Amino acid sequence: MKNQTIKSSVKNISIYILLSLFALFFIIPFLWILTTSLKGDAQIFTIPPQWIPETFHWDNYTKVFDRIPFLLYVKNSVFISAITITGTVLSSSLVAYSFACLKWPGRDFLFIVLIATMMLPIQVIMIPVFVFFKEIGWLNSFKPLTLPAFLGGGAFNIFLLRQFFLSIPKDLLDSARIDGCSEFKIYWKIVLPNAKPALATVAILTFMFTWNDFLGPLIYLSDQAKGTIALGLGMFVGQYVTEWSLLMAASMLMMLPMLVIFFVFQKYFIQGFLMSGLKE
Amino acid sequence: MMPWFIGFIIFGLYPMIMSLYYSMCRYDVLRIPQFIGLGNYEKLIFEDPYFWTSINNTLVYTFLRVPLCILGSLLLAVLVNNAVKGVKFFRTIYFIPSIVTGVVLSVVWLWMFNPQYGLLNSFLAYLGIPGPLWLLDPNWSKPSLVLMSIWSIGGGRMLVFLAALQGIPKHLYEAVDIDGGGWWARFRNVTIPMLSPVLFLWSVLEIIFSLQVFVEAYIMTQGGPLNSTMFYNLYLYNKAFNDFEMGYASALAWLLLIISLIITIIQFRLSKKWVHYEGMIR
Repeated sequence: MKNQTIKSSVKNISIYILLSLFALFFIIPFLWILTTSLKGDAQIFTIPPQWIPETFHWDNYTKVFDRIPFLLYVKNSVFISAITITGTVLSSSLVAYSFACLKWPGRDFLFIVLIATMMLPIQVIMIPVFVFFKEIGWLNSFKPLTLPAFLGGGAFNIFLLRQFFLSIPKDLLDSARIDGCSEFKIYWKIVLPNAKPALATVAILTFMFTWNDFLGPLIYLSDQAKGTIALGLGMFVGQYVTEWSLLMAASMLMMLPMLVIFFVFQKYFIQGFLMSGLKE
Repeated sequence: MMPWFIGFIIFGLYPMIMSLYYSMCRYDVLRIPQFIGLGNYEKLIFEDPYFWTSINNTLVYTFLRVPLCILGSLLLAVLVNNAVKGVKFFRTIYFIPSIVTGVVLSVVWLWMFNPQYGLLNSFLAYLGIPGPLWLLDPNWSKPSLVLMSIWSIGGGRMLVFLAALQGIPKHLYEAVDIDGGGWWARFRNVTIPMLSPVLFLWSVLEIIFSLQVFVEAYIMTQGGPLNSTMFYNLYLYNKAFNDFEMGYASALAWLLLIISLIITIIQFRLSKKWVHYEGMIR
């Protein structure tokens, strides 16, 4: 009996040691970025590195705003993200509704087509879409980055929402139909309010994607004043590659909203990934 | 439904057809595309050494990264599946790096890989080991990028594996215990077969994602040193948006699609040997 308890506590201790080692591996880079972002030029290049800077250079953060039009980039990114999220949530939920709750000919075939488009490398469609936007004169505007979201909202999001909508009881929809509700009203008044967690998940994943998107803005936006924060950070690397403390400060600033959102909406992240694994 | 349908036509079907057409043209955006048949493909396969370099780089990266990431996430999931106190806290910590992606990830790891003052070599120097040049050494550049992606193994993949682990019926493990099997027997005979559908799905997805690697190389190495990180997508981007050889780049895109398809088909074939579906009679 006593042997058993010793054995299990040895097991527990070794689990904790492993857990902590991994935690260090994941956390130390963050601390390193944070401390670098607060160092002066001379302090960065010390061997061995200092973990706590002698003097805290908070001005690194204000310098970022002087070097690149950071506020403008933030504004652009927030603008693009807001419109994209709205479009994505509205249109992907509408499409998911018709896949999950309506019956129409060819539905199952199109659903398979939808799944297949998730596998398609984006490069295959990137060039014609670019040419298309160029022809209609949308280059160097936010339109190519935002408006497509209103047309479909991405295969993955549709898939995610469809899986969730399927779990809404059919009786609920049917009784509304008997009461003479239009399909749109059912979608708007019954399905959407019942699917808030799933919609939140889609919104958050969309935000993360848009906030970080690099290739899209790189292709479509050539005017510096229209840059997004991801693009700005990318340019920063090219221009000021030796000013590591500024680069790390800028990275911290770009990371911050994502970290905050992660901590506030933690459960939705987890839900999002688990929902994608739901059974048919 | 209509919006998606329009969207699908404009951003799905139409571009695919146009892309296939462009791939058989000489096209620089300014002038009208000129049809040249399979000329681009011939040139790519028989005359363009960078094409083969970029394929080689991308495949090496993919086959280094995917097994390590999947195995890493699986082991991590097994670890956080232990019902010890505070394990949820650790799960959160493991998840955090995975929300740092794209440009930020590239920028901060550029600093970590700095051969003189970066975190990695400072740590190695502390242990008395001379560190490599990481991204500046053609032999280390691809493994470095793989190492960077291992930092994110605690993300969605780990959570999905964790959920799958928790869905494994306890009695299967008990059966192994009765037979006197240790943890390896439990892992090998219960965990792996029960998780094989999820592992399979993610290995298909991860390979497709890995073949499309772009931002890391664009920001961190621009394809160098000595073209050792000239990945397929970076080459495609350069052809399309620096050289404006849209036809040539479209041919590249279609070859990538074909390569992805071939690998996926091979995976499906192989999956019959190891993927175990519940209720399937073999």
